[in-house]
Amino acid sequence: MSMFFDLLGGLLLVCGAAFLLFGGLGLVRMPDLFNRIQAGTKATTLGTLLTLAGVVCLRPEWGFKLLLIGLFILFTNPISSQVLARAAHRSGTKMSDKTCVDKLEEDFGEKP
Amino acid sequence: MAEVFIYIAAAIVGVALLLALYRFVKGPSDADRVVAFDVLTIISISAIVLAAFVEGRGIYLDVALVYALLSFLGVIAVARYLERGF
Repeated sequence: MSMFFDLLGGLLLVCGAAFLLFGGLGLVRMPDLFNRIQAGTKATTLGTLLTLAGVVCLRPEWGFKLLLIGLFILFTNPISSQVLARAAHRSGTKMSDKTCVDKLEEDFGEKP
Repeated sequence: MAEVFIYIAAAIVGVALLLALYRFVKGPSDADRVVAFDVLTIISISAIVLAAFVEGRGIYLDVALVYALLSFLGVIAVARYLERGF
């Protein structure tokens, strides 16, 4: 049974690290700021949660603190990315040429 | 057997940190740098938790929690500054 949890925890750790890598890769490869926010924050949130779950499988006695960290990341990460995107939109960041819809400008008349 | 997975995961997290650091250094605008900083701190939390597991010290988890809290406040403050400025 301990062997099973070792294997599960290790696989979760590697999966989480791979999602973190994809987040970093998206941060480098995406064309404009809003796509970078999209790629960076979503993928890294899932990657961090998977990494924490993997450590919980390997060290069950740390479960409560890891659960606290996971909940905190799950609640604060979308807030910070949304505030960043709104601030960038209001301060006039240019979108990429392939972007064809801007709902914030349509609804509130805020020029990007 | 878990050690092998830990070291593979630590190597991948290191590469992710380097990619985010590249965007942090190169980023054309200030907002790009703030996004890169946000991603860097989130990846660093995973790195701190991995370090806590390798060292076997539970006290590092408190460091990760406080780091998450301070980085969230920092990103919110800089976003407020960006919104007001320019």
